[in-house]
Amino acid sequence: MDTWFSDKEILMAHGAGGKASRKLMDGLISPILSSHGSPPTLEDSFNITNSEIFITTDSFVVNPSVFPGGTLGELAVNGTLNDLSVSGARPEVLTLALIIEAGTESKELQLQLEKIASASESAGVRVVAGDTKVVEHGSGDGVFVTTTGIGTRHPKALLSSHRVRPGDKVLVSGTLGDHGVTILMARGDLDFSSEYLSSDTANLWPLVDVLVSEFGDGVRWMRDPTRGGLASTLNELAFDVKAEIGIDEAAVPVSDAVRGACEILGLDPFHIANEGKLVAVLDPKIAQDALSLVREHRLGERAALIGEIKESPLPVVVCRTQFGAHRTLDMLTGDPLPRIC
Amino acid sequence: MRFVDEYRSPDLILELSSQIKRAVKDRSYRLMEICGGHTHSIYRFGIHELLPENIELIHGPGCPVCVLPLGKVDEALDLVQTNDVIFTAFGDVMRVPGSKQSPFEVKARGADIRMVYSPTDALKIAIDNPDKEVVFFAIGFETTAPSTALTIKHASALGVSNFSVFCNHVTVGPPLRSIMENECFDIDGFIGPGHVSTVIGLGPYDFVADEFSRPIVVSGFEPTDILESILWLVRLIDDGKALVENQYVRAVRQEGNLAALAAMEEVFEERPSFEWRGLGYIDSSALKIRDAYSSYDAELRFNVKSISSPEPEGAICGEVLIGMKKPEDCPLLGAACTPEYPVGALMVSSEGACSAYYTYVHRLSANSRTGAN
Repeated sequence: MDTWFSDKEILMAHGAGGKASRKLMDGLISPILSSHGSPPTLEDSFNITNSEIFITTDSFVVNPSVFPGGTLGELAVNGTLNDLSVSGARPEVLTLALIIEAGTESKELQLQLEKIASASESAGVRVVAGDTKVVEHGSGDGVFVTTTGIGTRHPKALLSSHRVRPGDKVLVSGTLGDHGVTILMARGDLDFSSEYLSSDTANLWPLVDVLVSEFGDGVRWMRDPTRGGLASTLNELAFDVKAEIGIDEAAVPVSDAVRGACEILGLDPFHIANEGKLVAVLDPKIAQDALSLVREHRLGERAALIGEIKESPLPVVVCRTQFGAHRTLDMLTGDPLPRIC
Repeated sequence: MRFVDEYRSPDLILELSSQIKRAVKDRSYRLMEICGGHTHSIYRFGIHELLPENIELIHGPGCPVCVLPLGKVDEALDLVQTNDVIFTAFGDVMRVPGSKQSPFEVKARGADIRMVYSPTDALKIAIDNPDKEVVFFAIGFETTAPSTALTIKHASALGVSNFSVFCNHVTVGPPLRSIMENECFDIDGFIGPGHVSTVIGLGPYDFVADEFSRPIVVSGFEPTDILESILWLVRLIDDGKALVENQYVRAVRQEGNLAALAAMEEVFEERPSFEWRGLGYIDSSALKIRDAYSSYDAELRFNVKSISSPEPEGAICGEVLIGMKKPEDCPLLGAACTPEYPVGALMVSSEGACSAYYTYVHRLSANSRTGAN
C-alpha cells in the first residue's frame, strides 16, 4: 500500500479542490481503498461492473447557506446530479444524509429541505432513502448534507479520458467563476457587492442529454469544474491523458462582474468554483456543430470553444494570451486567497 | 471591462512591443522591476515574450510577503499560541511558513487566526469582541502602512483598548539602496513600483538618479503600462539620462498622497534596523509604532521576544533578489521548493519571482526544452 501522503494534519487547503486535495486523494484515500479492492483511481462517479448503473456521492457544506442564485439544498442536489451527468448517466434517484448541529433553527432546516425537494422534483429525480444525525452544538456548522445519486448510462454516451486525442477541442458551457465569487461576496467580509453576481448552480443533465443524444461518441469526456475551478479540472485531464491542453484566453467566457471582483481581489477566474458549468472534450469534426447546439440551450448560452488537446511529452495546461504570449495555467495551490497589493 | 481592457488592448500591446524592438540598440538592457505586482503581471501576461532578447528583466525585492523573515512569522505564531487572542492577517500571509509551521497549520490546530481584507476589519472584530484581545499582523510597504496608521488612530479615537498591531511594515527605499550598493550591482534601469508610489510620490527615488545615475520609471500594472515603461527606460538608457519618470500618471502624483504620509508620520517612526528575508539586516528600512500610540503596539503588550530563524539551506533567494541569479538557476526550484511547499522567500507569495516563474513559465519551458510546442 503506497500511502505517500506526508502532511501531518488536514488543513482547509486539502478540501479546496487544488493540488492539496489531489495529494490527499492520490496519496492517502485511493491507496488505502484500492489495496482492499477499490479501483486504483477513485473517480467522482463509478459505473457498476457489467451494468448500465452509475453511482456517485458528494457532501455539501457552504457558508452562507442561502446566497444569490441558490441555497445549500439546491447545491446538494445539483452537485450530485452533475457528477452523474458528466459521466453520461441519467440521474434516477438520490439518497439524502443530514448532519444537523444542535441549535440549528428548524426553519433553516425546513428551508433547505424544501429546496432539496424542489430541486430534485424539477430534475425528475426522487429522494428515496436517507439518514439524519444531530451533533452537539459546536461540532458542526448548521446543516451538512450528503447526497448519493444513482443513474443509468445514456445509451449513446461513451465518455472516458482514454478517448481523448490530440486535436480534440475543449468546450465550456458558459461563464467561469460565478458561484465562487458569489459565495465570497455573500460572506459579507468584503465591503463591496454586485447585483450582477449570482451562483450558477444548475442541474446539467438536460444539456448533457441534448449533447450526447445528438453527437454520441463525438463527445469524448466531460467534467463539471467545481472547487479548484477550470484550471484544476484541465490539469487533472492533462495528467490523465499525458497531453498538453492549449487554452485561448480571449475565448474563455467570464462575466464582467466576476472579472472585476477577481481583478480587485487578485484572484484568477480559472481557479474559482462553478456549480452549473461543464467542460467537454469534443471530436474536432463535430465541435462547431456541438457549440451551436449548446448555445441554443438555456444552460449554454455563453458556451465557447476555448482550446484543444495537443501532443506533448509533459502534461501541462498552457494559456495563450490575447496578444500571443503564453503562461502555464497551474492547479490551484491551497485556497484561493486575496493578494495584499 | 472599463479601466482594465483599455490597458490590455492587443493592438496597443503589439504596437508597443514592436516600438521597443525598433528602439533597442546593439547592447544589453538589464532592467529590474522592484515590485512583486509587476513580476506577477509580467509572467501572467507573458510580457517577457514580447521583448527583444537583449532586454533582461530582473525581479526585485518588492514582494512584501516574500521579504518577511521566518523569525517574524515565528514571533507571530508564538504570540498566538501563548496568548488567548484573535489574530488577524491578510490572506496571503496565511500560507507563509515560519521555521516550523504556517498560520494555516496553527489555525487548523485550533488557534483563532482570521483572514481580514483590511486592518479596519480587524478593528471591527475587536469592537465586536470586547472581552478578547485582537491583534493585527501588519505587513507591507508604504502601500499598506497608511491604512494601518489610520486604523490605529481610529482605535485611539474610539478608545478601543483590546486592539493592537504587530507592526512589520517596511519601506521601499532602503532595500533598493542596499541592492545598488552591492558590489555585484549590475542593473541599467528600474521599473518603479506603482502602488507604493501613489503614497510616497516620486521624491524618494531621486537618489537612484542622483547618486547611482540610473533611470527609474514608476509604472502601472497592466501590460501596456509595463511595456510603455520599458520603452521609456530603453530610450533613457540610450540617451544616458538618469531621470525619475512617472508612467503611472493616472494614479501617482509627484508629491504622493499627503494625507496618507501624514498619518504614517504621526503613528510610525523608523526602526534602526530590520531583517529582510534574502537580503539580511538593512538600516532604517522598517516602521515601528511611536510612543504616543505604544498602547497599540502588540510587541509591547505581549512582550514579543525577538526570534531570528536561519534561512533554509540551498536556496539562492538572496542572489535572485539582487539580480545576480534567476529563479531557474536555483537547484531547489520545482523540486524541493514549490508554491505548495515553499522553501525560499521568493516562492512564498504569488508575487514572488520564483512563484510567478514556477506557476506561469516553468513547466512551459520544460516542454519547450524537450522539443514540444
